Order: sequence, then C-alpha cells, then structure tokens
Amino acid sequence: MKIALCVKQVPDTSDIKWTENNTMQREGVESIINPYDIYAIEAALKFKKNYNAEVTVFTMGPLQAVDMLKNIIALGIDRGVVISDRKFAGADTYATGITLSAAIKKELPDFDIILCGQFAIDGDTGQTGPCIANLLNIPQLTFIKDISEYNENSITASRFLDDGIELVKVKCPALLCMLKSDFEPSRALINGIIKAQNSDIKILTFEDLGLNPEDVGLKGSPTYVSKAFRPDIKHSGEKHYCLENNSGAQIIYDKMKEIGVFNG
Amino acid sequence: MANGILLYAEITRQGYIHTVFFELANKARELSQKLNGAPIYAVLITKPGMLDDYKEGFTYSFIDKVYIYERTDNYSTEIYSNIIVDLVKEIEPEIILIGATNQGRDLAPRISSALKTGLTADCIGLDINEKGLLAATRPTFGGQLMATILCKTIPQMATVRPKVFKPAFENTYTNTEFIYKNSDYNNTNVTLLEFIQGIEDEKNELDSAEIIVAGGKGMKGEEGFKLLKEFADLLGGTVGASRGAVDMGYAPHRIQIGQTGKTVTPKLYIACGISGAIQHTVGITGSEHIMCINNDPNAPIFEISDTGIVADVFEVVPKLIELLKKR
Repeated sequence: MKIALCVKQVPDTSDIKWTENNTMQREGVESIINPYDIYAIEAALKFKKNYNAEVTVFTMGPLQAVDMLKNIIALGIDRGVVISDRKFAGADTYATGITLSAAIKKELPDFDIILCGQFAIDGDTGQTGPCIANLLNIPQLTFIKDISEYNENSITASRFLDDGIELVKVKCPALLCMLKSDFEPSRALINGIIKAQNSDIKILTFEDLGLNPEDVGLKGSPTYVSKAFRPDIKHSGEKHYCLENNSGAQIIYDKMKEIGVFNG
Repeated sequence: MANGILLYAEITRQGYIHTVFFELANKARELSQKLNGAPIYAVLITKPGMLDDYKEGFTYSFIDKVYIYERTDNYSTEIYSNIIVDLVKEIEPEIILIGATNQGRDLAPRISSALKTGLTADCIGLDINEKGLLAATRPTFGGQLMATILCKTIPQMATVRPKVFKPAFENTYTNTEFIYKNSDYNNTNVTLLEFIQGIEDEKNELDSAEIIVAGGKGMKGEEGFKLLKEFADLLGGTVGASRGAVDMGYAPHRIQIGQTGKTVTPKLYIACGISGAIQHTVGITGSEHIMCINNDPNAPIFEISDTGIVADVFEVVPKLIELLKKR
C-alpha cells in the first residue's frame, strides 16, 4: 500500500502580531505544522502499522520546509518531498492543487491513498484536498475523523458533519481530508530522529514537474486578494462599574427588557 | 457571454431546502441589480416527485429558473459535481454561489477545479465592484484578517457562510420557470453505509441560538458552567464557552466559540468571565447585542461589548437568576 501525505507549514496564528497598516509582522512568528495535518500524519502512521503502508510526505513551500519534513520522518514516515520554486509562490488553492497533484503523479503514480488535513489554519479554505482529488480524478472523503477499516482496496471511514456522523466506504485510490481528533499525537522515537537526520529529502522544482508556467503560482491562480483589512469589531460600549454597589444584575436585566429579550 | 447567477439549492437530510439557500437568494437579487438584472438560477438535485414541496421556496425568493435533477440516491460528491459542471457549461453563469455547509464545502472545490476557475471559501461579504466583478470577502488567519478576493476567470465562485446574510422571504412572487434535466449520472466509488443522527447537543443549538450565555476561565470550573446553564435556560438560551474554559476542562469542546470553535450570530451574547482575546471575539462579532460581566475593567471584552458590567460574575449571575425566576 502506498500513501501520499500532504502537509503545509503555516504561521502559528495564535501568535501573529499586526503592524499599524495591517500587515503581518513575520519576524518572530513561529512556523508550525498545520494542526489538522498532524492528524493526517497520525492516520498515515496507523496505515503503516496495520497494513505496512509506505508513506511519502509532500509539501509545497520554501526550502526551510525541509526541517519540518525531517520532523515528520522522525515520527516514522518513510520519505519526504519538498516542492519548492519561486515560480510556485503566490499560488491559490487551485494552483496549489495543480502543483501538488503533478508532484504526486511524478513521485508516487501508483498511490492508493492521499491524506490531507481538512483545513489549514492560515487560509481556512479546505479546498486544496478536493481540488487534488478532482485533478487526479479520484473520489474524496472530507471531514474524516476515524478510519475504521481497510480491505479489498476499500476504506471505511466516519465523516463528522454538522448533523451527525456518516459511515462511508470508498474505493481506492481515494483522497481523505482529516479533521482534528481528541487524542494526543505521536512523539518522535529516538531511532526515528536518527533516521530523519540521515534522510534525504527530495526537492522538486518547477523544471521537474513539466508544468506550464502559466498554470502555477500567482500566474496560475484564478483568485487574488484585492484588499486586506483588519476587522473593525469595536462596539461603542457603556461600561458600568458595579464592584461595590451590586447593581450589575439589575442593569443587565433592564437592558434585556429594553432590547426585547422578554416582556414584563 | 456569461450571464446570470447560479445558486445551489442544498436539500437537507430531513428533506428541506437548506436555509442558507434563501440567504444566497436574497444576496443574489442585490448582486443581480448591480449586474443590470442578471437572471438568477437555482440547481436542485432532489428525490423524485418532491418539487411541489419546494416550489414556493423558489417563487418567493426571486429565482428565475430552477434546473431539477431527480435522483433516488443520496448526496455524492462526484455525481453532484458532474451534474453542476455540465449545467454550468450549458447555461454559462458568471457567478456561482454555494452555502458553506459541510456539503457545500465538499462539493464546491470539486466543481471549481473541474471548471478551472477560482473559488473563494466561506465568504461573509459579497458585492459587485466597479468593473462588474464579484468581490468576495472572507476571514483568514482565524478571523484576524479580512480579505476581499477577486477572480480572473468565469464563472466566479464562492461558498457563503450560513447565517451571515438575511434570508429572502418577501411577498414578491416570481414567475419561476421549472426545468427538468436528464439526471442519468453514475458513480459507485463511495457508498453511504450508515448515518448516525447527531444528538441535539449544544453545538447544534449554538448555530441557531437567539441568546447565548458564554463562560470563560473566570467561571472557575464545571460548577460555574452549571450556573450559566441555569441562567441560559431561564432565558431560553444556550451555553457557549471560550477556548480558555475548554482548555481548562470546564466545558466540552463542542460548545467552544471563536477561532477554533464556532462562529455565532445570536441576538444577544452574554460573555461571563471571558477576557475577550481576539481568538474568541472573532467568533461573536456578528451578534446583535453583546453584554459582558468581568471583574477586570481592562479586559478587552469591554471594547466590543454594548453593555459592560465590571463586577464579580458569581455575584451578578445568581442575582440575575433570582430576578428572572421572580419575573
């Protein structure tokens, strides 16, 4: 069984500082593995343990992503591919899908499963996975939390949706988008760390993928940001100091009445 | 030349048109007016013989034409996207809007990718710019930054977050045309084995709650949340929690509001013992009225509250419960 695992390096969004003119202050912001992707890694490790799967992790981004992939290999993943080129910069979800699907086709054409995180915490689109599935013409399962079974080249998994849980079966090859789970993710094992240090991460550039320059990066992206701004969330609030006089409850009660929460 | 706005009419598991469709319809009418009255289309994929149940929903929400595909099976990503891709190639709309439900977010990227066009996810604002293009605004970085996104290709696609736009329910009858289409599409890659109905838990209630009483770390424990539950019940409201409270184990994750939880839009939001970090407040700013109770007058929650009470929540909330019981 062969698995392609797609991960993204993202800024730690809980740690972002913004400048006066609403640009992100990049210095000092830590890059982390997208938290949803951690559960795609976990799913891959489970396939490895139970079905002896061979897992290749792919990421598109700057060369510093090599270190992230080494950390993932330390967890027990077999090999890593970084897709890195200036020409890929500025890609939206469609151009990212084009590039990642081309890299998977080149490096792992006989894959059985592609695993992704459902969302990336920086963009929050959830679109790249389904886009890859469409471009490779394979079925997709989104919002997956548990993979319960794999046999006769089919996967049974649970989709966690707003109105309940769907148990679904999909024929491989297929792409699965993983949600976060409640369990504690794996930690690197000592021999994994040693293996990771000695592992060669393969670098794929624009030349390697044989794509049209018009189809990748900013040029290949149908969408573009025309304006970015910080949300204005200030309300003109009244502040009542009620630490001493115990009138807080009455103020809230009267206000609720005034705005029509209840009558009388 | 491409013309018109196509809306996806999602049918819920219970067999209703999803409410987000009516929100899309209302917005589409506004966009259509800025596009010289571009026609509004809907695509409906439904169980056979159901159209009569849905007709009024379309005629009263400004839909000019509904394209109907009758199928006996359940939702399938591949079949539904193939249907819509073929329809788009035939009627050539300039804009496609899909609700950002689980189904919409599964389906839309499959369609946009097949059409080699752009898709903006989970929008909270839609407008037509001076060049007649769709300007779609969405939160990124967990709501810390808003981005207005344009698309170079046609059709321009967006998924739209439910409960952001007001639904269309006006007494304006549209002479909607209903067109049955060939629905002979096949695919057997995915099989639904079982559906386990979600319990009507707090998470679902938060989506439609008119009143939310939310607690933070200041509630000090599960006992504090029991107090909030009593308070919320008396108001006919629902309890929510900040990430701080969830991380401390005071409340379950399914009721978490904010960046990594739910976005809520109640009429009244009462924040109890919540400091108001940006990661929380991005999830509540669509509330009509925000009240807060916090003993720290410098807590950022006061900056976004309409009514702020500087006091001990364990003094105010029990007294409010008392007042509400006496009512």
